[in-house]
Amino acid sequence: MFDSLADKLQATLADVRGRGTLTEDDINAAMREIRLALLEADVNFKVVKSFTGAVKERALGADIIGQLNPGQQVVKIVSDELTALMGGAARELSFSPRPPTVVLMAGLQGSGKTTATAKLARYLREQHSSSVAVAACDVYRPAAVDQLVKVGAQAGAAVYEQGTDRNPVDIARWALDRAKQEGKDVLIVDTSGRLHVDRELMAELAEIRQAIKPTDVLLVVDAMTGQDAVNVAEQFGAVVDFDGVVMTKLDGDARGGAALSVKAITGKPIMFASTGEKLDQFERFHPDRMSQRILGMGDVMTLIEKAQGSYDEQQAAELERKLRKSEFGLDDFLDQMRQIRRLGPLQSLLGMIPGLGKELRGVKLDEREFDRLQAIILSMTPAERRHPELIKGSRRLRIARGSGTNVQAVKQLIKQFDQMRKVMRQVSQGRMPDLGAMMRQGGR
Amino acid sequence: MARDWRDLFIIQDGPSSAVQDSASPAAEERRGGRLRRLRESLRKTRQALQSEIQATLFEDLSDETWERLEEALIYADVGARTTARVVSQLEQEASENKLTGGQELSERLVGLLTEIAQSDNDKIDLRPEPTVILVAGVNGTGKTTTIGKLAWHLSRELGQSVVLAAGDTFRAAAVEQLEQWAERAGVAFVKGSPNADPASVAYEGISAAIRDHADVVIIDTAGRLHTQDDLMAELAKVRRVIAKQIPDAPHETILTVDATTGQNGLRQAQLFSQAIEVTSLCLTKLDGTAKGGIALAIAHELGIPVKLIGVGEQLEDLRPFDAAEFARALVS
Repeated sequence: MFDSLADKLQATLADVRGRGTLTEDDINAAMREIRLALLEADVNFKVVKSFTGAVKERALGADIIGQLNPGQQVVKIVSDELTALMGGAARELSFSPRPPTVVLMAGLQGSGKTTATAKLARYLREQHSSSVAVAACDVYRPAAVDQLVKVGAQAGAAVYEQGTDRNPVDIARWALDRAKQEGKDVLIVDTSGRLHVDRELMAELAEIRQAIKPTDVLLVVDAMTGQDAVNVAEQFGAVVDFDGVVMTKLDGDARGGAALSVKAITGKPIMFASTGEKLDQFERFHPDRMSQRILGMGDVMTLIEKAQGSYDEQQAAELERKLRKSEFGLDDFLDQMRQIRRLGPLQSLLGMIPGLGKELRGVKLDEREFDRLQAIILSMTPAERRHPELIKGSRRLRIARGSGTNVQAVKQLIKQFDQMRKVMRQVSQGRMPDLGAMMRQGGR
Repeated sequence: MARDWRDLFIIQDGPSSAVQDSASPAAEERRGGRLRRLRESLRKTRQALQSEIQATLFEDLSDETWERLEEALIYADVGARTTARVVSQLEQEASENKLTGGQELSERLVGLLTEIAQSDNDKIDLRPEPTVILVAGVNGTGKTTTIGKLAWHLSRELGQSVVLAAGDTFRAAAVEQLEQWAERAGVAFVKGSPNADPASVAYEGISAAIRDHADVVIIDTAGRLHTQDDLMAELAKVRRVIAKQIPDAPHETILTVDATTGQNGLRQAQLFSQAIEVTSLCLTKLDGTAKGGIALAIAHELGIPVKLIGVGEQLEDLRPFDAAEFARALVS
């Protein structure tokens, strides 16, 4: 269902490769694919129109001889233009020189405001060591205050609430006073969800804004929103003039074209991405990564960052030394596995690797397989781990019993390990095997 | 003519006293207020499309007509594939001289959209005792609110005795939220301990319904993204446990879909269906400017009918789905 646009463009323009030049027809065919892909990604159709116009112009004028192949060329143009449209680098909240910094959260019902409020509180506490308070101004939805009390506490924020009998404007004002008294760095004000066409509630939101004069107003937008995202953003913009957007539910498989539309139409940056139900699944939004997602090209940057975050340089140097001297044993293999697992669930890691998305779509990885491998290795003696070639008949049986697996599993592990060691030796000696070709063969 | 609640449900004993009561002047008035509200909210829905379509249709049937029609449908989140089908069908009929002017095109368009949205299976059968209704959906699509309103209608307007089971044991305060709805609707309420297995809450809800001879039991579940395999497996387990307790149950499995949802709605419907055999959609939040065209795409590609729509926050703002009305609201 989700063939990536990058793949489609490559296929559409594959036969052009030999000719070396793009005709108007080629480009029109490519534009049709781009248009369809962007619409499938829920990019607003007006934005799609101006976007394909811009891409076409650049593609027609581009000198493609002697460069990348035409397909890649167009993919690159699309990627560049998408990134330009998304607004380049990530943007942070502004902090008030006189605390508390006040952040007002607004959005439609069900977009995820309360969760985003708690996540932002946790984020600011962790990243900026701020002391954070959250104010519960959603007095309409049943139990919304209870929800914020619970998640706010989990986030380590002070929760300011006055039940549901008071006017939200008064609660917001009271919360601001209290945040000042208690010397909080940041106050995040949660509001109830409201429709952008609901005059009464929108007026109330404007009143809250007026009363507390927030440093930043954040609009919370569901990443799965369709064409309507633009209406919502325009209307909220007109009433509360928000400064940035929090995209929620980005952990689903929505392409998130709404992000592109909102940015393109309102010019307001997407600041944060919410990517899961846990409070720490919240990060700065990276526009360039979003354009890769819309193109279906994976998210290499996030993967690299994750890897860097959990990788120890000394360990890496040690590993390289072992590889060169062929001392890489099963213990080291186990270490590697554990490091990879620290990065997160395998399934989500694979999704970030460009090109792999398609080949491995639908492949379910059994995380327990790791536990089995680990059990097998831990059932070996240190000598066996360093020199797996020692493992023959009776040792194999002992290991299988010790790990609760069977002889075949032990055999297979050792075989795989041997192969891996060969490949790694090649890599460490500077002979890079063609991984791309290996993967393509595996996938077809 | 708009569908009424009596058209939505199949009830064993014929019209109950509560239903007859709705013929009284007060009830008429209430219904009038409801219709006015629906008209009001659908009017907002209509505005954006109206300009597009009318401008299109007053001109002759040129290439530009088709392009603008296409854009209007895309704008309503109908999706590229379903849009292509509708437009090419109309284009073909025009080339066979079956459509000669803007007015005819407009009528045929509404007819075609109605056909797609329409289903033979557009009722909810309340004859099984108890009738088990399972409600699921992505986070924030309005499950708990929909259940609260549905319970209110079943209890207050149709005189059914209802049990609500708080199967959302995950989200903070979700149980409290449903409990407040149960109080408003005056229906029975069953909850488990925090972080209890949702399947066990469903089981207890059904047990309570059987014990008390309740007519309907509605089971709430935690919102989840369709891509979370473990949570989808948990949901499938809830369904299995229900089916074990009462072989034909759940009798109705409702997926709530937010009308503002874009093309991802198709994936939602597809994957939820794989897990729990969704039998109908409740299209929520239709009172904004979103047109809910994704419901057409879901009906067209997956054959899952819409049976309920949500058009506001008030108790009366949950309504039976009417395909013709929906199609007209999209384009007239």
